[in-house]
Amino acid sequence: MTLDQIPLGSRARIVAVDWSLLAVDEVQRLRALGIEPDAEVTVAHRGVFAGRDPLAVQVGRMTVALRRAHALAMIVEPA
Amino acid sequence: MSRLRSAALVGNPNAGKSALFNALTGARQKIANYPGVTVERKAGRVLLPSGEPVELTDLPGSYGLLPNSPDEEVTRKVILGEFPGEAAPQVLVVVLDASNLEQHLVFALELLELGRPTVVALNMVDLAERDGLVIDPLALEQALGVRVVPTVAVRRRGLIDLAEAIACAEDQEPGSRQPHAGMTERRVTARAIAAAAILSESSRHRLHAKLDQILLHPWLGPLILFAALFVVFQAVFAGAAPFAEALQGGVDWLSAWVRAELPPGLPRGLLTDGILAGVGAVVVFLPQIVILFFFILAMEASGYMARAAFLMDRMMARVGLSGRSFIPLLSSFACAVPGIMATRSIADPRDRLTTILISPLMTCSARLPVYAVIIAAFIPDRSLAAGIGLQGLVLFLLYVTGIVGAMVVALVLRRSVTQGAASGFIMELPKYQLPQAKDMAIGLFQRVRIFLRRAGTIILTVTVVLWLLLNVPRAAPGEDQIDASIAGHLANGLAVGLKPIGFNRDIVLALIPAMAAREVAVSSLATTYAVANTDEAQQDAALSRALKVHWSLPTALAFLAWFVFAPQCMSTIAVTRRETNGWKWPGFMLLYLFALAYIFAGITYWSAVALGL
Repeated sequence: MTLDQIPLGSRARIVAVDWSLLAVDEVQRLRALGIEPDAEVTVAHRGVFAGRDPLAVQVGRMTVALRRAHALAMIVEPA
Repeated sequence: MSRLRSAALVGNPNAGKSALFNALTGARQKIANYPGVTVERKAGRVLLPSGEPVELTDLPGSYGLLPNSPDEEVTRKVILGEFPGEAAPQVLVVVLDASNLEQHLVFALELLELGRPTVVALNMVDLAERDGLVIDPLALEQALGVRVVPTVAVRRRGLIDLAEAIACAEDQEPGSRQPHAGMTERRVTARAIAAAAILSESSRHRLHAKLDQILLHPWLGPLILFAALFVVFQAVFAGAAPFAEALQGGVDWLSAWVRAELPPGLPRGLLTDGILAGVGAVVVFLPQIVILFFFILAMEASGYMARAAFLMDRMMARVGLSGRSFIPLLSSFACAVPGIMATRSIADPRDRLTTILISPLMTCSARLPVYAVIIAAFIPDRSLAAGIGLQGLVLFLLYVTGIVGAMVVALVLRRSVTQGAASGFIMELPKYQLPQAKDMAIGLFQRVRIFLRRAGTIILTVTVVLWLLLNVPRAAPGEDQIDASIAGHLANGLAVGLKPIGFNRDIVLALIPAMAAREVAVSSLATTYAVANTDEAQQDAALSRALKVHWSLPTALAFLAWFVFAPQCMSTIAVTRRETNGWKWPGFMLLYLFALAYIFAGITYWSAVALGL
């Protein structure tokens, strides 16, 4: 299951990230914000249009906006 | 021991660094650019308890020493003492958001590894308490091994303690450079330290989560955003009017006074028709700029700007940009210069370049005077429906044309010159905060000063030079002064190329100095028609009446179309050159905008003529 598939408001743990799907600077920024394997996240909000892109993800005490393309690279399991 | 001279604030974005900086240094700040890059260098003076001053710099917010943007590059280089001409700060003041310790401690740990004199400001402890967090600063102090001072910048809490800690930090044992820990390692340590320092945590429902439920709501959110933008623009146009009129009254009074006091002749002409008409026409836009920047600053300070970026990301993604471009583009409605400077927060270089290239298409406030004068002169003040006037509709359409033009250009650029993989959008959504009066006042004051300095230098120079070109050499009796002047000869030459799109010589005359600053077009037209009327009584006639005599409706419409796309001011070109490190992109920008302007003005003129307008 990827981060894109978990329902709004439910908690999940990032199990693995396919970093090869992301650009180097994106990897760096995501990791700087604590979005990396073993982090617990909640998808708090999603956009309105097709694909409901982007996503607002809660990680720790922060809310971080990211795109669906990033969420698709993250394998999660319910926490 | 050398005397303590410099310290720097450093920390994650949204740590409240700027508010702390404002509280520590007051309004006496020096804002400049780091040489070679357009990253703002903010410096001010802090008085130590001993009375000695220390230069404090506010380094750009950064998530770590591994740079991810030009901003973060500057922070890294300054801290490591690698920035040419910039001594490394003697004391690092690491600013932490007390309500987000786990995250902010990661960068703090990386900085502490450097083994430099360091002080930690545990900032915004009041907001943490609001969220139900109780933190033990002593536990943090023990874990980090440096002084930790709880601060609340807006209530000036802890500022004296912080100054004292900075003064003492120099005496710190020079710590050894610790072995470089990995990112993951640091994060684990940060979590452990935070867990130990947090005494209690109530699961109080946080205010910002509730606000986000509404403001980021899939369809309510965009509606609120557009309503907010509508209110902003309404306030900019309607709210500024009384102040603008008062300023105009002042300029008119001064002009009348000079006319009464001085004998007729060139010096008086220079003062009234040149300087007062020119600079006055620009200064009256000060109220609008103040109001617009007020809203932009308030949106930034409250944390709403990031939500706007979130809501706009999908739309920006369609033309190959991201929500991050929304903020610079919105700022460009005030002025492209701060807009282009704001692009430095965009990490992706192609994204950033595209945003820079399209930002002049956002209707900046300097174009407003031009639109206002032409619309007032040529578009009848008719009501189309309740609350919708024809004049307002035309103005709205001009803004929309600029936006649509920008989107199309972005789409084309992303498929040609700035081709590359679609850019990402990763951005922290900061906590909501009430904007503080003091920070807003300092921000507004800085922008007003920049604007007035521009009016006092570039615009003053240009109007004086134009006035001289228009008045030298003097016409022989019976000859038209404009035709005889240097500027007249120049404009007559250029007018040949612009005749096909309906432009006359007077317009060309206004377009030349408008390259310095767009709003000068109005003052130039005022100067031109004031010069043409040797009759004293007619000299005071409203510019719009003069325009109606000299221009046809198709010409006026073509002029408006031209201004949607065309010549950006010198400052925009200059800032683009600085941001892109060369003449290639400003040159490209100049060419493509001129081409678009010529084509659209032409199409407008020819269709208007064909329709018999």
